[in-house]
Amino acid sequence: MRSLLLGCLLLLSMVACDNAEQAGMPGVEEVLIPEYGDTFIEASIGDASTLLPVLASDSSSSDINSLIYNGLVRYNKNLIIEGELAESWDISADNLTITFHLRHDVKWQDGAPFTSADVKFNYELYIDPKTPTAYAEAFKQVTRVETPDPYTFVVHYAEPYAPALISWATPVHPRHLLEGRDITKSPLARKPVGTGPYKLVEWQSGEKIVLESNPDYFAGQPYIKRVVYRIIPDISTQFLELQTGSLDFMGLSPLQFDRQTDTFAFRRLYNKFSYLNFGYTYLGYNLRKPMFQDRRVRQALSYAINKQEIIDGVLLGYGVAATGPYKPDSWVYNRQVPRYDYNPEKARALLAEAGWTDSDGDGVLDKDGRDFSFVIVTNQGNDLRAKTGEIIQRRFQEVGVKVKLRVIEWATFLKEFINPGNFDATILGWSGGPEPDQYNIWHSSKTGPRQLNFIGFKNAEVDQLLEKGRRVFDQQQRKVYYDRFQQILAEEQPYTFLYVPEALPAVSKRFRRVEPAPAGIKYNFTQWFVPRAEQKYSR
Amino acid sequence: MLQYLVKRLLLLIPLLLGITLISFVVIHLAPGEPTDMQTQMNPQAGTELQDRLRVQYGLDKPLYVQYGKWLSRLLQLDFGESFASDRRPVFDKVVERLPVTILLNTLSILLILAVSIPLGIISAVRRNSAFDRAATVLVFAGFAMPSFWLALLMMDWFGVRLGILPVSGLKSIGYEYLSWGGQLLDRFKHLLLPVFVAAIGGLAGFSRYMRSNMLDVVRQDYILTARAKGLSERTVIYKHALRNALLPVITVLGLSVPGLIGGSVIFETIFAIPGMGKLFYDGVMMRDYPLIMGILVMGAILTLLGNLLADVSYALADPRIRHNQQGEG
Repeated sequence: MRSLLLGCLLLLSMVACDNAEQAGMPGVEEVLIPEYGDTFIEASIGDASTLLPVLASDSSSSDINSLIYNGLVRYNKNLIIEGELAESWDISADNLTITFHLRHDVKWQDGAPFTSADVKFNYELYIDPKTPTAYAEAFKQVTRVETPDPYTFVVHYAEPYAPALISWATPVHPRHLLEGRDITKSPLARKPVGTGPYKLVEWQSGEKIVLESNPDYFAGQPYIKRVVYRIIPDISTQFLELQTGSLDFMGLSPLQFDRQTDTFAFRRLYNKFSYLNFGYTYLGYNLRKPMFQDRRVRQALSYAINKQEIIDGVLLGYGVAATGPYKPDSWVYNRQVPRYDYNPEKARALLAEAGWTDSDGDGVLDKDGRDFSFVIVTNQGNDLRAKTGEIIQRRFQEVGVKVKLRVIEWATFLKEFINPGNFDATILGWSGGPEPDQYNIWHSSKTGPRQLNFIGFKNAEVDQLLEKGRRVFDQQQRKVYYDRFQQILAEEQPYTFLYVPEALPAVSKRFRRVEPAPAGIKYNFTQWFVPRAEQKYSR
Repeated sequence: MLQYLVKRLLLLIPLLLGITLISFVVIHLAPGEPTDMQTQMNPQAGTELQDRLRVQYGLDKPLYVQYGKWLSRLLQLDFGESFASDRRPVFDKVVERLPVTILLNTLSILLILAVSIPLGIISAVRRNSAFDRAATVLVFAGFAMPSFWLALLMMDWFGVRLGILPVSGLKSIGYEYLSWGGQLLDRFKHLLLPVFVAAIGGLAGFSRYMRSNMLDVVRQDYILTARAKGLSERTVIYKHALRNALLPVITVLGLSVPGLIGGSVIFETIFAIPGMGKLFYDGVMMRDYPLIMGILVMGAILTLLGNLLADVSYALADPRIRHNQQGEG
C-alpha cells in the first residue's frame, strides 16, 4: 500500500513538473500576480434542481450552491476545520457548548448585513418538521441555541457530539428573505441570495447556469469573473467539447485519462491531475442470509477476489485497494488491519472449514445438499460496478461458488431488493468525507427498513466504538476507537472492500494556482486566476 | 361537417379520461417512489424525511384519492407541481422546453419532406433504375444507423477535427453580445447537425411511402387517360399523378403532430439540447408522477387532435371522401 501511495504522489509531482515546463514557465519561480477576469466553463451531466441548499440533495445543485453560499466553518486544503462566516469559535471544557464569533464584515448579496439571527433562523429552518431536508440529523443533537449579540452564536448539546463543529459548515440562508414563508415555495430556489464569492446571473433550465463574481465578497472578490455550468448530459459529448477547448474543466474517466488524452493537442490545452477520491466501492453480503452468517465464508470470498485485477481492469490502475471504510491517505486510516490479498487456495480451505465442499463433483461447492450459489445485484447506470461484478463472478467460479449478476434500474433496485432485504449480495459504493463518523452505516440500530445498514451488520463492540467515537473531540482518542472499528470490520468482512477510485480532472492551462490537495482540487477556486495575456473571454 | 366535428370532439372526452386513468395506474405500478429517489442512500437523511415527503406529496393516501385530486386539478387546467426538489409547476417546466423541441421537430420534418418527396417521385418514375436502387440503399442505411453513433461521428468530424461547427448546445457562450445577424448564424450553426441527424432516420419511411403511392397512382386509369390525351410526361407526373399521390401524406403529417412536442432522449442527451424527451425521461427515472402525467396528457390531447385534423383535412382535400361522407350522413 505504502509503495502504491508513494507511486501516486510521485506521479502527481511528475505531472506537476511536466506541466510547468510545457507552459513555458521558468520553473517554480514564475511570478504569480493574480489578475481579474476571464470565464471558467464547466460541464455538468445534470441540471441543478434548486439553489436553496437546504432542499438540494443532488451534486449539481451542491456544486453551484457551494459558490453562492457559505457555512460558519469549512475544511481547508488539508481537511482541517477553519472559519468561514465564523472568525473563531470556543468549545467549552465539557464539549457541550460551542460559541461562534461571527465576522462583522459579511453582507448578503442584496446588501443586508449578516448576523447571528441568520444563523439561528437556519438552525430552526433545518429542524422544522415542515422542511423536507436531508440535512436535519446533525442538528437534532442540538438542545438550545442563543444569540447574545449580533455577532455571537452559541449552541448547546446534550451530549458531546464530535461531528458538531463541521455540521456548521452547512450553508447559511438569508433570514430576512425566508422567515415566515413556505420554504418549498420560495422564489429563492431560482434566484438565490447568499454571502458567497459568486452570485447567480442567469439560469436557463437544462442549458446553462451563469455565475458572476461578487465584488463585495468578504474574503475578497474572486479573480475569475464568470463561472458557466453548461448542462451536457452525455459524457462523450462533454469529452468532444473538451477537445475543442470549449470546456475548461472535466472529470475524466480512466479510459479517457489514460488512452484518449495522450495527444499533443490535448496536452497543449489542458493539465491533467489525479488524486484519491473520498468514497469506495464494495461487495456487501446480506448477513440475514444463512450462507453469509459464517465469518469464514465471507473471509473466503474476500480471498477469492483479486482486487488489483479489478483496479487494473476496471479503473485502468487509477485507484487503490480498499481495506475499510476510510481512504488510505486520511488520518483515521488504520494500516495494520488484516488484508485479503488474492489467495484462492486459502479461500477454498476456509470454505471447506465452513462445511462447503464439492461432494457431488459438479464443480460447485455444496453443503447439506445445497449448492453454494447466489445473486449479486447492482444498479444500472454505473458501468464500473457491472464490470467489477463480472470479474468477481469469474473469480468466485474458480473457487466453486456460482454467482449470477443482475443489473437493475435504481428505483426498482431500492424498492424491490435493498429495502425489503431481498438480495444476497450487492455491489455499491459509499461516498464519504473527512468526518470519520460511520454511525448511520454500521450501527445495529440502523438496520431497519430503508436505513443504511441494510446488510444487517450487528456487532456490540462496533456499536460501542461508534457511540464513543462521535462523543469525543480529541483526534488521537478518536483514532483509537476508529482503529479498533476498522480492525473488527476487517476481521468480520461484512463487506469485501474493493477499491477507492481516483479523481481524474483535466483543467485548462490558462488557470493558475490549481493544486490538488487532500481536500480535492477546487477548494481554492476563488484564488484561481488567468494571466491577462492568456484570458480568453473578455466579458 | 360541423355536426361530425362536434361528435368527434365529444368522443374525445371519454377517450382522454380513459387514457389518464390507465396512465396513472401504470405509472404507480412501477416499483419505487419519488421519495425513495430523493432520500435513500444518503447517509445524512433520516427515514422520517421520507415519511414527511410522502405526506407532503400526498402519497400516503389511497391511489383513487390521489387520482381524484389530480383529475380535479386538471379540470381547472392545473397540472400540479413537480415532485422534484424544485417543486415548480409542471406547466412551467413543460412550457420552457416546448419552443426548442417544436423548432427542432418542425425543421426536421420540413427537411424530411423536402428531401423524401422528390426522392420518392424520382424513384417511382425511374423504377428499378440505378438511381432508385442507390436511393433505396442510402435511405435504409440512414434508417438503420444508430442516431447516437452518427451524431457522435459528425460531432467529432465537424466539431473537433474540422472545427467548423459547434459540438453541442443551442447557443455559443457570448451569444448575447453578437449582432442580430451573428445570432442568427450562431443559431443556424448549432441547429445544423441536430436537424440533419434527426431527419436522416425519417427519410427511409417517408420516401418509400411516397414512392409506393406514386407507383399506385401511375397505374390508375386517369393517368392512362392523361397520357392518351397527349399530355407531356412532365405534366402527367407533376400535375395529375403527384397531386393524388400526395393525399396520404396528409395522414402522415397529422400523425406527426404529437411528434412535434415529443422528443428523443438519446438525441437530446447527445446534443445537450434541453427538450421534452430528456424532461420526460428524467421524470420517469425520478418517478416524478405529476410531470409524467402532465406530459402524457398533453401528448394524448395532441395525438387525438392530430388524428382529427388529419381526418378533416383529408376530407377537405379529397372530394371522393367528402362526397362519401355526405352520402352517408
